[in-house]
Amino acid sequence: MAHGPDKGLSRWLFTTNHKDIGSMYLWFSFLMFLVGGVMALIIRAELFEPGMQIVDPNFFNQMTTMHGLIMVFGAVMPAFVGLANWMVPLMIGAPDMALPRMNNWSFWILPFAFAMLGSTLFMEGGAPNFGWTFYAPLSTTYAPPSVTFFIFAVHIMGASSIMGSINIIATILNMRAPGMTLMKMPLFVWTWLITAYLLIAVMPVLAGVVTMMLMDIHFGTAFFDAAGGGDPVLFQHIFWFFGHPEVYIMILPAFGVVSAILPTFARKPLFGYSSMVYATAAIAFLSFIVWAHHMFTVGMPLFAELVFMYATMLIAVPTGVKVFNWVATMWKGSMTFETPMLFAIAFVILFTIGGFSGLMLAIAPVDFQYHDTYFVVAHFHYVLVPGAIFSITAGVYYWLPKWCGHMYNEVLGKTHFWLAFAGLNITFFPMHFSGLAGMPRRIPDYHDLFADWNMISSIGAFLFGAAQILFLYIVIRTIVSGRKATQEVWEGSHGLEWTVPSPAPYHTFDTPPEVK
Amino acid sequence: MLSNTKKLLGTPLLASLLVLLLPALAGASEWRLNMTQGVTEVSQEVYSLHMIIFWICTVIGVVVFGAMFYTMIMHRKSKGAKAANFHHSTQVEIIWTVIPSLILIAMAVPATSTLKKIYDTDDADMSVLVTGYQWKWKYEYLGEDLSFFSNLSTPQSQIYEGEARGENYLLEVDNPLVIPAGKKVKFLVTAQDVIHSWWVPDLAVKRDAIPGYVHEAWTRVDKEGIYRGQCAELCGKDHGFMPIEVHVRSQSDYNEWLTQEKAKAAEIAALTQKTFSFDELMAEGEAVYQRACAACHGPGGEGGVGPAIIKSKVATGPIDIHIDVIVNGITGTMMQAFGEQLNEVEAAAVITYQRNGFNNNMGDEIQPIDVYNFKQGN
Repeated sequence: MAHGPDKGLSRWLFTTNHKDIGSMYLWFSFLMFLVGGVMALIIRAELFEPGMQIVDPNFFNQMTTMHGLIMVFGAVMPAFVGLANWMVPLMIGAPDMALPRMNNWSFWILPFAFAMLGSTLFMEGGAPNFGWTFYAPLSTTYAPPSVTFFIFAVHIMGASSIMGSINIIATILNMRAPGMTLMKMPLFVWTWLITAYLLIAVMPVLAGVVTMMLMDIHFGTAFFDAAGGGDPVLFQHIFWFFGHPEVYIMILPAFGVVSAILPTFARKPLFGYSSMVYATAAIAFLSFIVWAHHMFTVGMPLFAELVFMYATMLIAVPTGVKVFNWVATMWKGSMTFETPMLFAIAFVILFTIGGFSGLMLAIAPVDFQYHDTYFVVAHFHYVLVPGAIFSITAGVYYWLPKWCGHMYNEVLGKTHFWLAFAGLNITFFPMHFSGLAGMPRRIPDYHDLFADWNMISSIGAFLFGAAQILFLYIVIRTIVSGRKATQEVWEGSHGLEWTVPSPAPYHTFDTPPEVK
Repeated sequence: MLSNTKKLLGTPLLASLLVLLLPALAGASEWRLNMTQGVTEVSQEVYSLHMIIFWICTVIGVVVFGAMFYTMIMHRKSKGAKAANFHHSTQVEIIWTVIPSLILIAMAVPATSTLKKIYDTDDADMSVLVTGYQWKWKYEYLGEDLSFFSNLSTPQSQIYEGEARGENYLLEVDNPLVIPAGKKVKFLVTAQDVIHSWWVPDLAVKRDAIPGYVHEAWTRVDKEGIYRGQCAELCGKDHGFMPIEVHVRSQSDYNEWLTQEKAKAAEIAALTQKTFSFDELMAEGEAVYQRACAACHGPGGEGGVGPAIIKSKVATGPIDIHIDVIVNGITGTMMQAFGEQLNEVEAAAVITYQRNGFNNNMGDEIQPIDVYNFKQGN
């Protein structure tokens, strides 16, 4: 049997094994999560009280920009790809991903992309400082020279995402075990299938818009330069045509993770499986026709405002269906509250709160007051932190025993949960208030009117940051010295991934399992 | 382990709620929680829409979270709950698709009518052209031959050196926008360099200021007073330092102010003919430099997001190129055209100051009339 892993570094450099690549994705994203988190803490430290104390405004803008880019493209997206790499083949009874060499490549270009992006911090003129949404012309004519490196980094990230998506689609459509029909697939597989299509649809749009920027900056075009006949609003339309599906790219796989965890610990099947699938597809479709709700104040005609307002409000319907289905899944179950369950329940509650503020933001006339304030910051952090981050964390606790064969320490896990839960709410809930009180986002200094809530937010942020260090400790401790996990791991677990030993052998499902 | 679970679920939740609530209980008026109702018909409509949708969300939240907490408390394994096995009900799915849809339709109706009102800029009594610059606003009273720039007036020492902050820290300007009470005022909003956003919460007016576009917004304020706002679109380094101050005055006070401002403008225009001493130019130049140049080129000319003035090629090169750079800017870079932002006296002063301050010691000077002639193409 020459089928074991290579020894040493070459195992990780040349591996085509979905488990190895999944692990690398997850570790990489955790590293990025810490880097992006440190940037967030620099922001929160400066905002702890009014006056400029720690950084200058230009560096502050670099931090908000890099924090956003790193969290979106470096932490959340690779983490979900990592989970997909590990779990999709195990869940559908496939021996590996369909395109293993491409899998290796799509991971290994990522560290280069982020090394390049990070290196801009040390360049003359500093890192990108125009916000993660990089609106032209601030990001073209008025950008620091490092913007070119930013553009190239985005190209590489996009290539990585597209290859990852092709791989996931090819795997799901071609490599399911006999009997695993589409409507028998676990919801995590479904949500990732739909996410992968979204990625393939919109990453080229992102690549297009940054290429147009590149042209404007270096080759004398004027796509976004009004003085040359171009249109700065065009940039926003293209960006958000990518950007809105992108936010669902970061949340649909989360729906899948939570839909796996809730039934396990409620010891009851997922309620409304097929309506969950249709709701996911509906959300994905709607994500393409709501982009301009990010642009209610750019001066679109009344008719366009109305169309985008109605379409946006419509998203509440399939999203509501999902939440109701999760509650119905828990209803009359026989629940226990291990760490993954705590994170999953917090996901449902806090994501719903983020959904409420999203509904409020959808009302265009009111959005004139909310837009570009801390209310928006509160909103998207409520959908992304308890949404994406909590679901990833829940997934790690849920599947870690399968990956490494050891159980994590339940008391430590719960401590992590409560610290993160408290930290998150102390950080982000007050942002609703500072935003409603009139504090614009992306400002390094503010009037005393906003001082109290900002101080609370900053305290919460450091608590949330500390909780993640505990998470790192728990994971390492589990891998090194946790007690042995059983094959099923959880009492209520269902699905093919729980039919292989813990830890999952290097190669699984060499002969496909039968699915009844 | 299960009883452990229960304990862990209860106490920290309570503790974290307390942490959230304590400041709210202890605090005075500074702990502002909600949106302003504002002072216009539109802002009050917006506020009530905000409250309606907030209460809708709250009610839904109470129902959904109530059900969740009920089931979490009642249906736990440690209490001996046996799992039911239902997993599907088309009827229920239809109900919870239709009810939210109806709520949304009910919500869309008033939202549509308020939005229409926001977009109705017809029949304005007067118009002001609002132009965003990095990092200041320009107000031009159309048909009145009056325009001026509005800069942050909070001293740098309060921002960077920890000096005691004033009452309107970061929300105060040198030249506020003044409008008459009870009149429909139309704002034509645009920008010169990057995108800005003109926002005054009490008026519920937020319009992106975009180069190449002129967008319309309007307000009618009955209550005299001072209303403050900020730029709401990231526009570069000093995005946080370009506030908006609107003074609403009675028609007669407004008329008086208008006459005064026009007289002031005429006075400044007359100064263009005057010859200033070198020291006068240097003193005025330093003030202008700190207001208009320091943000990018550094308070001591050491450079920042823009190049240093100390020993710069422009400041130590031919004087007519220096005038050109100040008046017309440098296309394709962050260097703006200051020809409109600075009057002739200010431009002459700041050029003289840049050439002779910062140890550049060029020993030359220019007069306002030189700048005037340059602008005329002479």
